[in-house]
Amino acid sequence: MSGAEIGLAVSVFLACAVEAVEALTIVLAVGTTRSWSSAMSGVGAATVALAAIVAALGPALTALPIDLLRVLVGGLLLVFGLQWLRKAILRSAGLKAKHDELQTFREETEAARTAGERRAGFDGYAFTISFKGVLLEGLEVAFIVLTFGANQHRIPLAAAAAGLAVLVVAAAGVAARAPLARVPENTMKFAVGVMLSSFGMFWGAEGAGAAWPGGDAALLAIVPGVLVAAIAMAWTVRRAVDAAAAEELVAAGAQAGEEATVSA
Amino acid sequence: MSSVQAFVAGVWEFVVGDDWRTALGVVLALALTALLAAASVSAWWVMPPAVVGLLALSIRRAARESSRRG
Repeated sequence: MSGAEIGLAVSVFLACAVEAVEALTIVLAVGTTRSWSSAMSGVGAATVALAAIVAALGPALTALPIDLLRVLVGGLLLVFGLQWLRKAILRSAGLKAKHDELQTFREETEAARTAGERRAGFDGYAFTISFKGVLLEGLEVAFIVLTFGANQHRIPLAAAAAGLAVLVVAAAGVAARAPLARVPENTMKFAVGVMLSSFGMFWGAEGAGAAWPGGDAALLAIVPGVLVAAIAMAWTVRRAVDAAAAEELVAAGAQAGEEATVSA
Repeated sequence: MSSVQAFVAGVWEFVVGDDWRTALGVVLALALTALLAAASVSAWWVMPPAVVGLLALSIRRAARESSRRG
């Protein structure tokens, strides 16, 4: 397996695992509160829909000329990757709320309880919420599988990595019988952001006609380079946030001191 | 909102996300790369600083918005 193929498999696995953890929380909430059979029917229907999207768009993408494919795929992956990285950096600095699976589970469970009476047999609410949850969480992964896979003509490898991630997360969910709250989601999103941005940059530039020094070996410099830059940004933002919080504390302390002096 | 508008808004949100400037910056950086490459000038160096710069600017904007909201 080449370095690019390993990058493809790892990126898709991590991206899919993160989204699967989020989908699992929703399915667990409606499954335990309403109906497991209807929730699992929703999961099955969404999985079929996602597989159909990949099966329908995959051949169309791979039929494009390689340079056009690379610039399109590279640009898309880069935009996705920068979004993932940005959110992960803001979350690590406390500027954006981290995904709290237990909180989401509580909210979904409460919503499921108050969503009307449960009927015997098929439960439309459990089906719909499961279906939407899996489809929406899976859509971005389906695009990553498609774009990453199509560019290397390895859609089956990308799909296998995604399938493995779903199996691992599902097995962990069955074993834990609870939302997977201890999965380091933000770190995984950060890693996916670095990989998508790096490969997106590499393929986008190649598709636009640039030649990287060293060819594919340039990825050995691009991936660590993006990683270091992202870590440096996360560190800088966190320090700025901490400094602002410390300033606020000092100002609040000084104001309290002044008020105490005046009242004395 | 009609279903067509909702679909377009959904695609926009899905592809571009919450920072359209970054997406536009990626398109411009790729266009500059293509222009340089078409002129037979070395062009690989455009993307790395563009990507780092776009990410830094995007985070700066988000941090400012967050501090304005308090």
